[in-house]
Amino acid sequence: MATPAQNLNTTSTPAQSNLLEGTSLWRDAWNRLKKNKAAVVCGFVVVFLIIACALGPNLIEWIFGYTYEAQDLSYGAKGPTLRPFHLFGTDFFGRDLLTRVLVGGRVSLKVGLIAATVAAVVGTIYGAVSGFFGGKVDDSMMRFVDVLYALPYMFLVIILVTIFEKSESLLFVALGLVGWLTTARIVRGQVLSLKEQEFIQAARSIGTRNINIIFRHLIPNTLGPVIVYFTLTVPTMILQEAFLSFLGLGIQPPKPSLGTLMNDGANQMLVYWWTIVFPGIFMSLLLFSLNFLGDGVRDALDPKMRKD
Amino acid sequence: MEKLLSVDDLRIYFKLEKSIVKAVDGLSFDLNQGEILGIVGESGSGKSVTCLGLMDLNPQPPAYYPSGKIVFKGTNIMKATKEQLRKIRGNEISMIFQDPMSSLNPFLTVETQLCEVLIEHEGLTADQARKKAIDMLARVGIPSPDRRITQYPHQFSGGMRQRVMIAMALLCRPKLLLADEPTTALDVTIQAQILDLMKELNREYGTSIILITHDLGVVAGMAERSLVMYAGRIVERASTKDLFQKPKHPYTHALLKSIPRLDEVRGKKLDPIPGLPPDLSNLPGGCSFHPRCPKAVDKCKQTYPDVVTFDPTHNASCWEVSA
Repeated sequence: MATPAQNLNTTSTPAQSNLLEGTSLWRDAWNRLKKNKAAVVCGFVVVFLIIACALGPNLIEWIFGYTYEAQDLSYGAKGPTLRPFHLFGTDFFGRDLLTRVLVGGRVSLKVGLIAATVAAVVGTIYGAVSGFFGGKVDDSMMRFVDVLYALPYMFLVIILVTIFEKSESLLFVALGLVGWLTTARIVRGQVLSLKEQEFIQAARSIGTRNINIIFRHLIPNTLGPVIVYFTLTVPTMILQEAFLSFLGLGIQPPKPSLGTLMNDGANQMLVYWWTIVFPGIFMSLLLFSLNFLGDGVRDALDPKMRKD
Repeated sequence: MEKLLSVDDLRIYFKLEKSIVKAVDGLSFDLNQGEILGIVGESGSGKSVTCLGLMDLNPQPPAYYPSGKIVFKGTNIMKATKEQLRKIRGNEISMIFQDPMSSLNPFLTVETQLCEVLIEHEGLTADQARKKAIDMLARVGIPSPDRRITQYPHQFSGGMRQRVMIAMALLCRPKLLLADEPTTALDVTIQAQILDLMKELNREYGTSIILITHDLGVVAGMAERSLVMYAGRIVERASTKDLFQKPKHPYTHALLKSIPRLDEVRGKKLDPIPGLPPDLSNLPGGCSFHPRCPKAVDKCKQTYPDVVTFDPTHNASCWEVSA
């Protein structure tokens, strides 16, 4: 047999160099995602909507001087017109609906992203710790999750809203409170099976600290499902926010959110059709794209799930 | 020669809902510095559990240790604190696992996984660790180690991954290497390379190796001394040469008869050992091998045989050889 040193000389040729790039599983998934046309298109739509929400209101204010709360009672509610620049029309108080929809989208996206991120981070760490230590720790941590699951969510939110002042941060708390539970369960299940795998035993056998095993070895391996769940949580959270605001429990006027806008629109839709149609289209487009993107991410991260 | 490890009356049981599995039941052996010791036995004879037990890696519960003492370089592993154990693992004792395909974390580069052990135990900076890891990869025969190190495990073949595992195990120059069936998952040519590599590293660094295998051929080429395990106990211990030339225990005989030999008439059928390994939660009384033993007598069913010594390095536990 050749000594290792000889092996080294005979097999290391420059011709191999292309193969020697480290390709991570994330890179693989990214490549798969890029091939999924629907997901890419929806990704662009999402990015476009995010940019529009982020910059649109300021741009409109800068050019036309409308803000989301500036009223023009003499103008009143009128349908979409190009001049004056009310692409989505105006509402009962003469406020530019496009600006209000974009600001509402801003709120919705913020709520969706923050609530989903909090849910993912808290849930992942909670689930990983619970699954890793197992036994009594796991039992008590998971029973706590069960208890929170069992609480009637709407009831909880209504109580929170009546005790504290209605505010945006309260909305985050209310949504975050329930959002992480499912993530925690998913991650715990993953960790339970992962921790029995040989590479975790190998990590132990070289004296890795528990905290490193959890954060470096276990959590990255659970991130696939977590990311998938995250991308599907964002639209859910947006929907929840809209729902709560629709009920008057979330964002308070004059600040618009997609939910309050549609609530207003629903009250007047027989007269001023545009007040429901445009926020509705905007929200559907946003949710549709986010969901499609989420599906694409799932297919990319878990190729086995794909049917083809 | 200096004694590196001594194991005395080690028992590792697993508590299940209704029964107790006696995976290791009264194991005693010593290991010298720089020695290669083979542990042979069928599946389920407690080899791997012993191996994990030496590093206290068996999950507790369900595992527990009713008795036993493992002394490694003056430290009793079983009484060591978690922190002491963590410092021994990977640094003084390290382990190569059976299946290289699942022993590396698929989400981390080889570099991260190799450097982890160095940063943990030797307090090196990332750069120093990387350099050392590259040297070690070259040492175990990985071509272009400086570039291969940035890759992920799925970009390595099985044999290469086993080399990475060996490199990882040897990075801190451990005193003791536990090789739990290191070649079982590999094909024969790669097996030979990996075994040669381990032997070379043993000579060069003076690392003691405990080689656990069910493959007598592996032991023959590697180990100076060998233990034969059956149902959690050592049934025969001898120098590897004696074990092959004058096996005493009927189980060792049976094992030797069940492997093909070059000097045998071609076409002759192998003699498998009849029956199955015993249920470790319900061992037969007396000698646990008696239901399958061709030489069993009544006495074998009642009491476990005493150790019979043939010469200082060779002994076996059997009533028939003592008679």
